[in-house]
Parts: sequence; structure tokens; C-alpha cells
Amino acid sequence: MFTWFHKLASPPYFYLLAERLVPWFAWASLLIILAGLYGGLWLAPPDYQQGDGFRIIYIHVPSAWMSMFAYAVMAVAAAIGLIWRMKLAHAVSAAAAPLGASFAFLALVTGSLWGKPMWGTYWVWDARLTSELILLFLYVGYIALNQAFEDQRTGDRASAILTLVGSVNLPIIHYSVQWWNTLHQGPTVFVGTGSDIAPGMLVPLLVMIAGFMLYFAAFVMKRIQVEVLRRERNTNWVQELIDKP
Amino acid sequence: MKSWHEFISMGGYAAFVWPAYGIALVVLAVNALLPGRRQRQLLRELRQRAPRPGQTP
Repeated sequence: MFTWFHKLASPPYFYLLAERLVPWFAWASLLIILAGLYGGLWLAPPDYQQGDGFRIIYIHVPSAWMSMFAYAVMAVAAAIGLIWRMKLAHAVSAAAAPLGASFAFLALVTGSLWGKPMWGTYWVWDARLTSELILLFLYVGYIALNQAFEDQRTGDRASAILTLVGSVNLPIIHYSVQWWNTLHQGPTVFVGTGSDIAPGMLVPLLVMIAGFMLYFAAFVMKRIQVEVLRRERNTNWVQELIDKP
Repeated sequence: MKSWHEFISMGGYAAFVWPAYGIALVVLAVNALLPGRRQRQLLRELRQRAPRPGQTP
């Protein structure tokens, strides 16, 4: 197992592997997302209270889930990058950040568009909404800090430390709806072992989450390739890569 | 079965559902197209570079 991990950690190996895998993940995610949208927007029954308005859930929940998942990936990569000084780990963090920021932004915007008709407001300083906003600021802070130094290694290390410090925010977001009295919906999809959401509504949601995960896999790999190229542009393997027609 | 009109109106919530999906489409499309373009751009820059200088230009 370890030799596989070690091989995967070598930039040229990862670069070439990603070159082959990205198209598969990208097309698979497109198909699955389209299937999820068909299920969520057309097949799923309207909510007894919110009617068809609840269908925003099919991009709101996957975006929110991915905004936390991407940050978890960054936190693990930051730890690996700092402890074992693995350059590829920092490339993974730098690649995941813009995607995570986009997901956090989407979670906030789609949530806000959902909140207006249902709560009567686009924004409220609710524990869940506020902690998600802080997550977005953390992402932006990471991106700025990562590029703030002449030497990319310094930028990588400084932003990795920020990522680790900021990871305390993840459990806060997750448990915010239980710790505080929030306007935001409480746990609904995974409640203990069961779920409080009707199967007809739940299935498309799980399909959309799977689609978003595949989407993230595809395009974080593509961004890692770019980050690796940027960091390794003076190495022989990049030179060989370029000389090939 | 639901009529096309009902689908578009989203039970009266069209003004919130469709913009949410529209913004999501834009954000996901940008994140899908940008990295590929940047990769090609970077490869082009690296190819135009003088062959194997000691330091980065």
C-alpha cells in the first residue's frame, strides 16, 4: 500500500495519471448530475409546505457538503505537506481552494435564494450561515496567502498553517444546527442511522452529491496538474513533457 | 404528469429556483473550463521559453 502511495506522491506520476483520469471523472460527473437534476427537478414530489421551492436543495446541499469536503481535503493535504514536506500535497491544497471557495459561495447564494421565499430574508446572522461565510473567508484568505510570497514554498507553508488553524470551523459548521437555536434546518438527510427526508426526494439528492464529488475529483486533479507544472517548471520531467510533440 | 408550464413556474418559486440553478451552472462551468485553459497556456509559455536556461527567465 505504501509504495503505491509513495509512487502517487511523485509529481510526474500523478501528472500523467491525472491526464488519463480527468476526462472519465468529468464525463461521469456530467451524466450523474444530469440524472440527479432530472430526478430532483422533475420526478421528486413537491414539498407539502414549500411546494417546488424546496428543489433548490439539489444544488444547495451538494454545494454545502462539497465546501466542507474540499476544506477537509485541504486540511489533510496541509498536514501531509508540512509534516513530510511533500510538494505535491501543497499543490493539492492550492488546487482544492478555488473549488472549495466556489462551493462555499454557491452554498451561500443558493441558500440565500431559498431563504428569501421561505424565511422572508436573503440573510440572517444564523450560526450555520455565519460559519459557512467564515469558511468562504478562510478559502479566500488561503488563496491570497498562498500567492503572497516570492518563494512558492513559503506561500505553501504559510497557507497550510492557516488551513490547519481554520479547520476548527468544520465541526462548528456541521454541529451549528444542534449547538445553537438556528433558523437553518436541522439535521435531515442523515439523522442517526435513518433519514427524515422522503426517499423520492432523498435519492436524487444522493445522486447529486455523488455527481458533485466526481466533478470535484475531475477538476481538482486538473488544477493539481497546473499547480504541479507551475512548481516544477524547471525540472527535467517537465522539460521532457514539453519536448514531446 | 406535470405540465411543462408547471415545471417552468416551479409552483410560483421560479424567481428563486431558476436563478439559483443559473448561478450554479455558471460557477460550475467556469471551474470546469478555466483549469484546462490555464494548463494549455502554461505549457505554451514553457515551450516558448529559451531552451533550458539555468534560472527561470
